[in-house]
Amino acid sequence: MNIEYKLADVTESFVSLFEANRNILLAENNEHLNSIRREAVTSLAKLKIPGKKSENYKYTAIGDLLFEEMNHVFSPKKIEFNIEDIFSCDIPEIDTQAILVLNGFFLNQGEEITKLENGVIIGSLRAAMKSYPDLVYKHFAQYSDYKNDPIAALNTAFAQDGVFLYVPKNVKHEKSIQIIHLLLSEEDQMVQHRNLFILEEGAEANVVICDHSLSIQKFITNSVTEVFADKNSNFNITRVQNEHDKSVQITNSFIQQEQDSTVTSNTISLHGGVIRNNIKVNLNGENCENNSLGLFLADKEQHIDNSIYINHLKPNCTSNQLYKGILDENARGAFAGRIHVWPDAQKTMAYQKNNNILLSDDAKMNSKPQLEIYADDVKCSHGATVGQLDEEALFYMRSRGINERESRLLLMYAFAHEVISEIKLPALRERIDELVEKRLRGELSRCNNCKMNCR
Amino acid sequence: MLKINNLKVNINDKQILKGINLEVKAGEVHAIMGPNGSGKSTLASALAGREYVSVTDGSIEYLGKDLLDMNPEVRALEGIFLGFQYPVEIPGVSMVNFMRTAINEQRKYKNLEALSAAEFLKLMHEKKSVVGIDSNLTKRSVNEGFSGGEKKKNEIFQMALLEPRLAILDETDSGLDIDALRIVANGVNLLKSPETASIIITHYQRLLDYIVPDFVHVLYKGRIVKSGGKELALELEEKGYEWITEEITAE
Ligand SMILES: Nc1ncnc2c1ncn2[C@@H]1O[C@H](COP(=O)(O)OP(=O)(O)OP(=O)(O)O)[C@@H](O)[C@H]1O
Ligand SMILES: [Mg+2]
Repeated sequence: MNIEYKLADVTESFVSLFEANRNILLAENNEHLNSIRREAVTSLAKLKIPGKKSENYKYTAIGDLLFEEMNHVFSPKKIEFNIEDIFSCDIPEIDTQAILVLNGFFLNQGEEITKLENGVIIGSLRAAMKSYPDLVYKHFAQYSDYKNDPIAALNTAFAQDGVFLYVPKNVKHEKSIQIIHLLLSEEDQMVQHRNLFILEEGAEANVVICDHSLSIQKFITNSVTEVFADKNSNFNITRVQNEHDKSVQITNSFIQQEQDSTVTSNTISLHGGVIRNNIKVNLNGENCENNSLGLFLADKEQHIDNSIYINHLKPNCTSNQLYKGILDENARGAFAGRIHVWPDAQKTMAYQKNNNILLSDDAKMNSKPQLEIYADDVKCSHGATVGQLDEEALFYMRSRGINERESRLLLMYAFAHEVISEIKLPALRERIDELVEKRLRGELSRCNNCKMNCR
Repeated sequence: MLKINNLKVNINDKQILKGINLEVKAGEVHAIMGPNGSGKSTLASALAGREYVSVTDGSIEYLGKDLLDMNPEVRALEGIFLGFQYPVEIPGVSMVNFMRTAINEQRKYKNLEALSAAEFLKLMHEKKSVVGIDSNLTKRSVNEGFSGGEKKKNEIFQMALLEPRLAILDETDSGLDIDALRIVANGVNLLKSPETASIIITHYQRLLDYIVPDFVHVLYKGRIVKSGGKELALELEEKGYEWITEEITAE
């Protein structure tokens, strides 16, 4: 088959899908949104879903993945289930505020959007577009670059709901906000949702995102999260991915940072069929700090690809990338870390590290640093390693009476811990520690927290 | 306790040990000396069960059982302890976690209940004072960034915690200052009982001033070429190995 033809076909099929559902997708009587959607479709048709020849998607054949015929649901479907019965992504000892997003739609458990006493606004993005249009459209689709990024364009054309968070000036929101993206359906489904997090000057917040599949159907998720961190704000975002082997998950995070802001993201990929995480950070003011960390654990035929792009636009900013992976059996991993330092961005400090352990001969890892440095007074470093567990250390432990399996676990756990230790909230850190340990011990199945007998 | 019979060992198809015979009885201290590269560490590795050390001939009997049949962790659980000549650094694994896991594996093997975190810390505190190891070291990752001497002290600390029946110390005295040397000796002497034994591999007579050996053996080119009492160590200190190697070549 002619590959070019096939690719045009994928793009074409999404464009016709849009046309076919125009009435629903453009029905909101919201010209602002509608014009963005129309632009997004135009740009998707022009840019096209990337194929095998795309440098950016070299290791994840996104065109092939999206080629599959899937169901799309453009209005929330009522699915009766008792959340407590089947699912608990609970974090004990953390006072969290849990928000559920089911198949891409905010799950209404009361108000669709709430304004808290401290002025924080939280709830459904769709509802926010109606209740707080000025707030939303000041930032919505401003950072996701849908004019140059076909995957972001795809999401922008179709995504209808997700979570909106607004933290006003100088408000330090103590409670962690936990967003649980659930996939539960009776048929294979493609889901596209969208989050928008706005932190005003001096604001602080912590968000935990859990991605979970609750039924065995094949899911393809393409999600976009936009973050705007204004001057001197501080934002932590932790993502825990735990979907089943048949799932395809593409996450796209666009983080816009203004002067003196700090954003830390930890992406913990425990399970999934195919995962591709894109993180793009714009350091758009002086003295910003960005920490992008990730841990991925994969076995069987799983595939995990992390792609990070740190854009140093202004002077005196610091960025740290640390991604670590453990791959077993036939797992495939990829990491691409791009650091772009613009001519203006003197005194940039940009660090990147990607360390990987292969537990089997068949597992494969591709690691690619990409440095584009156009300023002269910068400190940059990058390093990538792909290795095995240290045999000397294993023997040392065994010689103290610790059996081989346990010794291996201790070493893997130690390897993973460097990333986990950077999670800022102690209770969350402990919980993730526990999840990772379970995962490494092989005790965390995709149905870990799920009592539905969906096997 | 330990009977090594005609032990032949290859590393990478090269014969390193060429027929070792050695018997160690409970309550005894044996010193093994010999020039660099003679096979002392290889012997220690064979006893601990290192994979790249392949036994081609001979047997090792330990407490009436076939030692060569046991994997490294079982040997440890059966009471064998190897103090490494070059202890490895294990970044990310804390000393506390490491030793607690080891102690609890041992307790499980003996059908004892696992120690709680608090009980373990108490035990560790006790043993720390025996060895005189710096408190900060036990808070760090295993051997990570430890100085040469600190690594050796850490071996003795682990030995004190695990209370082995047969301790094999491979040049634990190398690179130690005089105080540390006393600490190492003290650790070994505290462990000494009618039920335990130790094999001390060393280049220096000075350790043997503190740990008095019952037997001294000279390992040369993969064979034990001379055995004697503690006076042999003194003689070696004085005359070096040449007179022995000459003796052998003369034969
Ligand atoms: N892993 C290995 N691979 C190849 N050769 C080895 C290995 N380990 C040891 N050897 C060789 O085996 C021989 C004996 O080494 P061993 O370490 O047992 O000597 P030693 O008596 O402990 O010496 P030293 O006093 O220097 O510690 C040496 O020739 C050494 O090069
Ligand atoms: Mg040696």
